[in-house]
Amino acid sequence: MSSPAAAPLDLLYSETEEELRTAVRSLLAARCAPAAVLARIETGAPHDPELWRVLAADIGTAGLLVPEKLGGQGAGHREAAVVLEELGRAAAPVPYLTSAVLATEILLGCESAEAADLLRELAAGRRVCVPALPLTLAPGAPLPTPVRDSGGGSLGGSVGSVADAVCADVLLVLADTGLYAVPAGAAGVSRTPLVALDLTRPLAAVHLDGAAGTRLADPATARAAIAGALLSGAGLLASEQLGTAEWCLTETVAYLRTRHQFNRPLGSFQAVKHRLARLWLDVASARAAARAAADALATGAADAPLTVAVAQAYCSGVAVRAAEECVQLHGGIGMTWEHPAHLYLKRAKADSLALGTAGHHRGLVADFAELPAP
Amino acid sequence: MTAAALTAEHLRVRVRELLSAHPPATTAPAEFLRARFDAGLAWVHYPEGLGGLGAPRSLQAVVDAELEAAGAPDNDPRRIGIGLGMAAPTILAYGTEEQKRRFLRPLWLGEEVWCQLFSEPGAGSDLAALGTRAVREGGEGGDWVVDGQKVWTSSAHTARWAILIARTDPALPKHQGITYFLCDMTAPGVEVRPLRQITGEAEFNEVFLTGVRIPDAHRLGEVGQGWAVARTTLMNERVSIGGMRIPREGGMIAPVATAWRERPELRTHDLHGRLLELWVEAEVARLTGERLRQQLAQGQPGPEGSGMKLTFARLNQEISGLEVELLGEEGLLYEDWTLRRPEIVDFTGRDAGYRYLRAKGNSIEGGTSEILLNIVAERVLGLPAEPRDDKDLAWKDLAR
Repeated sequence: MSSPAAAPLDLLYSETEEELRTAVRSLLAARCAPAAVLARIETGAPHDPELWRVLAADIGTAGLLVPEKLGGQGAGHREAAVVLEELGRAAAPVPYLTSAVLATEILLGCESAEAADLLRELAAGRRVCVPALPLTLAPGAPLPTPVRDSGGGSLGGSVGSVADAVCADVLLVLADTGLYAVPAGAAGVSRTPLVALDLTRPLAAVHLDGAAGTRLADPATARAAIAGALLSGAGLLASEQLGTAEWCLTETVAYLRTRHQFNRPLGSFQAVKHRLARLWLDVASARAAARAAADALATGAADAPLTVAVAQAYCSGVAVRAAEECVQLHGGIGMTWEHPAHLYLKRAKADSLALGTAGHHRGLVADFAELPAP
Repeated sequence: MTAAALTAEHLRVRVRELLSAHPPATTAPAEFLRARFDAGLAWVHYPEGLGGLGAPRSLQAVVDAELEAAGAPDNDPRRIGIGLGMAAPTILAYGTEEQKRRFLRPLWLGEEVWCQLFSEPGAGSDLAALGTRAVREGGEGGDWVVDGQKVWTSSAHTARWAILIARTDPALPKHQGITYFLCDMTAPGVEVRPLRQITGEAEFNEVFLTGVRIPDAHRLGEVGQGWAVARTTLMNERVSIGGMRIPREGGMIAPVATAWRERPELRTHDLHGRLLELWVEAEVARLTGERLRQQLAQGQPGPEGSGMKLTFARLNQEISGLEVELLGEEGLLYEDWTLRRPEIVDFTGRDAGYRYLRAKGNSIEGGTSEILLNIVAERVLGLPAEPRDDKDLAWKDLAR
């Protein structure tokens, strides 16, 4: 017995990917600065439909994972990962992970004409579609009990902690008779916003009471599609976590270079410098892990599930540590509502639960690398 | 052919020419290595005539892979690591034409092993505080006479030559009065004594220099410019320590993972959690090193290089510590305390106890982790330097 050999990976960014990054970053700088995000979450409606339209439709990021014949960009996970890095850096309140990654991957796995129609809408940025599944659902974990189909596609049941449900046009519902696309505004559908730890990725409980939807796949296909989407989602979430960590490090370094105490810049104290240097090392390592996951998903590498589990087991912790250091090293200012550090801490901590905790993913590593529990 | 025109394909052609003129199966290894050097395939980024072709450094990997596939002998880079990794790039950067021609070929061939006379009992992390003196006799062009003590010198007992830094002007501030020399280890007055370590082995040495004469022709760089020259050596040292390529689950994690699989009776839940954390970190470190190599190959060296040694040291220590604990009763035992003098350093060799003890050196040798963290903080992150009150003081006036 031995651990699986590693597939060769391209861990760099291509020129096209850097161009995509520049486009997304300048959009976010103009429309999604931390002060603007703070202002939006105060309104109780953090999503910015105009920002989403430009990001998803004009720049075309929503269709990165969608083949060209379905109106997408026919790009792949490496490009989507770059978008997520930038969205993580901005703690952007947009349904990218849920609609352009998770829902899109589920629909791609359905292979039905109905799913293809919906994919065209998503790729064009005309609609937002989110899976009616708890955000904590992890690859390799048992799927939750499906909602009940009481005959003829009349769906009844509840799902909690559904991310971005409040801004969704369509919900993907796993029922005992298959997967359904349910219009969010349809009769029998209600969405109850929850007070979420992460203010930038709103959660809602979804209740279905005799709701009707379009059937997209049979139960077996639906489950396989969801499993594949959870793997991709977890792998790409690592890039969002990398972006979060990177923002926290950059902001903290910038602050400590200029903030003076004891007649010296705080960043000149060795105890502080060493903390930041270690954090930089962690972020540089997280970049390699996140890129590896994106590339393994893009190429369909045989060891992609292991590479994704490694990235999640590592990057979750780095993002949380970076956000915690950001708060601590900003001192009292880091504890205030007006400084955006808390948005990143909340996002990082919530992300560490999303799509499986680091502990869950280490359990997967144990399986893949044949290191069994006692 | 110009460097810009040299592609991987050109190098493959040259390798094939070398192999057909000197088939490894029927050529003596030493002869093959000489032919390889003379064909410019030793280190392809070095100039023509000095074992290279002035090609991009990244193409060395192409040559190494072709030669390995053909079963060609290599020059045991681990045994001659200090020469290859540290002395050679410094001689290339600062040496005279004559010095390059004299030293690089035997160095690469392994005919002359090198060691590094830098650290001293009173100058470790504060290397520039060194006190070994070099005094010139008879003015311009005269011999230098060196007196002092060096420490932590690996390979001194097998080395033919040493790179040496010594103080040539104690009246100047510490970084300014240093000069860099190439020291003949067989010269009268050079005494090498084994330094027994925590592992029981004597892999390192103390070197005592008493009235050692070094001709001015063996000075590297200008008088008083030794610190700038030494920085080239130190930069290369860090790259070579952290830059080894390992497969997934290679290095220090390998014996622990194997023991875990083969000996289920040793498993506990606590050890499982820690093993998985370290397995993941080792895999991420492997990916980080791989990413760094890909950046280098594209001619875009990233600052990650400065961090690899830090990660490598920390992981080696944590993993080997876990391994001793995993072994339970067996972890109480040690293979052998006999004084030995290994020719090469093997971090992962011998038993778990040895690995645990030897790994303690990983965060000290080649720059302590504390110094490297300062370097990352100041050069990568641009944080303000540590305040220093010794900068303008003459070396002779420093507190010791």
